[in-house]
Amino acid sequence: MRSSPGVRPAAVTARGWGWRHAGRTRPAVSGLDLDIRPGERVLLLGPSGAGKSTLLHALAGVLGDGASGDPGGSGASGEAEDADETGSLLIDGAAPRAQRGRAGLVQQDPETQVVLSRLGDDVAFGAENLAVPAAEIWPRVREALDDVGLGRLPLDHPTAALSGGQKQRLALAGILAMRPGLLLLDEPTANLDPAGVLEVRDAVGRCLDKTGATLVVVEHRVGVWKDLVDRIVVLQPGSATDSAVLIDGPPDRVLAEARDMLIGAGVWVPGYVPATRMRTPARGAGQTLLTADALAVSRERPRRAGLRDGFRTIAPRPVQSGLSVRVRAGEALTITGQNGTGKSTLALTLAGLLRPVAGTVSATAELSSPATGHSSGRSSGRVRDSAGPDPYRWKAQQLIARIGTVFQEPEHQFVTGKVLDELMFGPRHLGYGEDRVDELLERLRLTELVDANPYTLSGGEKRRLSVATVLAAHPQVLVLDEPTFGQDANTWAELASFLSELLDAGTAVVSVTHDAEFSAVLGGAELRLRPRENGAADAPGPDLQLPEGASP
Amino acid sequence: MRDALSLRGNHALLTRANPLAKFTAVTLITLVLALSIDWVSASVALAFELLLLPLAGLTVALLWQRGWPLILAAALGGWSTAILAPDSGPVLLDAGIWPISAGSLQLGIGFMLRGLAIALPAVLLMSCTDPTDLADALAQNAKLPHRFVLGTLAAMRLVGIMAEQWQTIGMARRARGVGSSGNPYQRFRATLGQSFGLLVQAIRSASRLAVTMEARGFGGAARTWARPSTFSGLDAWVLLGGLGIAAAAVAAALGAGTWNLVFLTRQ
Repeated sequence: MRSSPGVRPAAVTARGWGWRHAGRTRPAVSGLDLDIRPGERVLLLGPSGAGKSTLLHALAGVLGDGASGDPGGSGASGEAEDADETGSLLIDGAAPRAQRGRAGLVQQDPETQVVLSRLGDDVAFGAENLAVPAAEIWPRVREALDDVGLGRLPLDHPTAALSGGQKQRLALAGILAMRPGLLLLDEPTANLDPAGVLEVRDAVGRCLDKTGATLVVVEHRVGVWKDLVDRIVVLQPGSATDSAVLIDGPPDRVLAEARDMLIGAGVWVPGYVPATRMRTPARGAGQTLLTADALAVSRERPRRAGLRDGFRTIAPRPVQSGLSVRVRAGEALTITGQNGTGKSTLALTLAGLLRPVAGTVSATAELSSPATGHSSGRSSGRVRDSAGPDPYRWKAQQLIARIGTVFQEPEHQFVTGKVLDELMFGPRHLGYGEDRVDELLERLRLTELVDANPYTLSGGEKRRLSVATVLAAHPQVLVLDEPTFGQDANTWAELASFLSELLDAGTAVVSVTHDAEFSAVLGGAELRLRPRENGAADAPGPDLQLPEGASP
Repeated sequence: MRDALSLRGNHALLTRANPLAKFTAVTLITLVLALSIDWVSASVALAFELLLLPLAGLTVALLWQRGWPLILAAALGGWSTAILAPDSGPVLLDAGIWPISAGSLQLGIGFMLRGLAIALPAVLLMSCTDPTDLADALAQNAKLPHRFVLGTLAAMRLVGIMAEQWQTIGMARRARGVGSSGNPYQRFRATLGQSFGLLVQAIRSASRLAVTMEARGFGGAARTWARPSTFSGLDAWVLLGGLGIAAAAVAAALGAGTWNLVFLTRQ
């Protein structure tokens, strides 16, 4: 330990510190008193809106003036005013903004952590900005890349070719090359698959052991970080009278004393799986709604060959091929596999949003022109026009009444400026009644938010809204892409229970997920995709349908 | 987009030259060609430029792949000039109201060649120059403000991400029932909505990237450079080459008597 030269662990002192973002009426943090000793490793917990990200941004010196950050808060936006700081927040007794490079911040989104297009250049960027002598930079870059486990890649490796977990480790290396005394991690693993989470966590652990730097990490999943930190601080949303720090102590003591409180706040406490509604066993195999045969999928569009080849169409290289899938009413299908194996691509192709490279996706008569059954009762007796068997060729409105797709990033699907309009959008265009909308508002706890702008909601609220908007069009098939990524335990449990209800009511649910507990709640079949070199899919047979009556 | 900007696998001679030297040489050629509308100077420059393709690691097929919009634009420009230029000399092709005469055809060909000769050096430059190296040279050698240069460089990376986001937002909106079908007005509105969605995401990405850069100490007055941008003997040859091509083009046109300064000859 303490072998790396030049790293001096930093101390943090907050005295009555508070911060209100420009344009907000409520402060994000107020009355924070906190002392972090040099070399300490702190996990910061607390409900959404407690100001965890705001604190990290302030320590990183990126808060204020132009940088508003994204505190994930749900405060109502008031008039545009200047941001407001109270009390003091110091690193080694001086203001963070005055000490460029003393603290290093890793954020949540891997894509915007990368600055330059070559691996080595990106790591060198921070050191260059701190005016480290040029001769010293490259040894630092190599050391940092070794420390995060990317040392075997060439320095000119394109950063665009890295996986999410690798990008987060690259961000960490970029910080390490600055030799900061304080590492700040803002949900660094929320967007990663389980393998990526461990990669990043272990890299952080190795670097801390080597440099002895101070660590402050914000993360919902306590289990991941519990053994690495030596102190847990729980924050609560700011108020004038109470202290911002709710509980503070060693991990085991905090988790023992405050377990129920943390569970109530949606924190993922180790060894706790939120209670969810159980599925009622199916009475038999549901009607087949959607079938795919010999399917090959890719996100790329076909290209035109050059003049020499007579401008013929060149099919893109499929990321998966030879897939057979059956989607049945009232049954769940979970698509799993490592990053980059084409899980989302397959789901989007099944959902009629991407054109198959080869093979077919076809809807059965039950889905394309439903005459009877559970769905016609829900759609206010309105007769739906018949569509052909190929979902990709359906008009958008024909599609949403049959197959609903919930994207990983809820914001991509927002089309209006108000929660209520967002929910009414589908039903209005389809000429449905508004009865289902009220039911969804109630069921997904959005009633209070009907007038809010969708973009200002918290992560959990955005997720619930995106599910509700898609369901408002009464699809018989629901496709979800990583619905539980980055969600707190409360939203997770609500979502899982709600989907199990939908399944029992006869909706088919196709989900792309790494979350084994989530798929256990939904039951049904699993389609595991393998990287292409090792063959297509790892499956018991070509037909991956659900064994009859299988449910948890 | 990202692949097109990457130089991996290209080890041609000109990739080792300083971007600023290459940039200056290209500017020289372009400036000279912009001075005259005549087919001799343009075709001499074009011939030399085509000879340089292997030095930049380009083949004709690759050139077409990367530069086809420019090549097509030059051809179209030549065609419309041939049709619309005032007629002189014998009429070669009379298709109704737009006759093509020998004079207008010559002008058209000159226009097309010049378009190609001006566009080609830019394609050459970009295919043997890494954007990062160009930024290094512009900031270190040309002394442009480094905050501006590096900010632009980082933003260029987001362009590739935006292309992916455009596709995703298009699908996400279809999944909300916003179709890209219907009459032209409906299509226009759908595209407008998708553009707005992309704009929102672009601003979000940009502000997050700005935080990333600021958290890595970007924006200070002092800065060192891990990749010193230096000049070598090769760069002298690059500059001489640019100067030589420009001079050869002018000399050939003067010799042939076709040199025709655009801003002097207003008949």
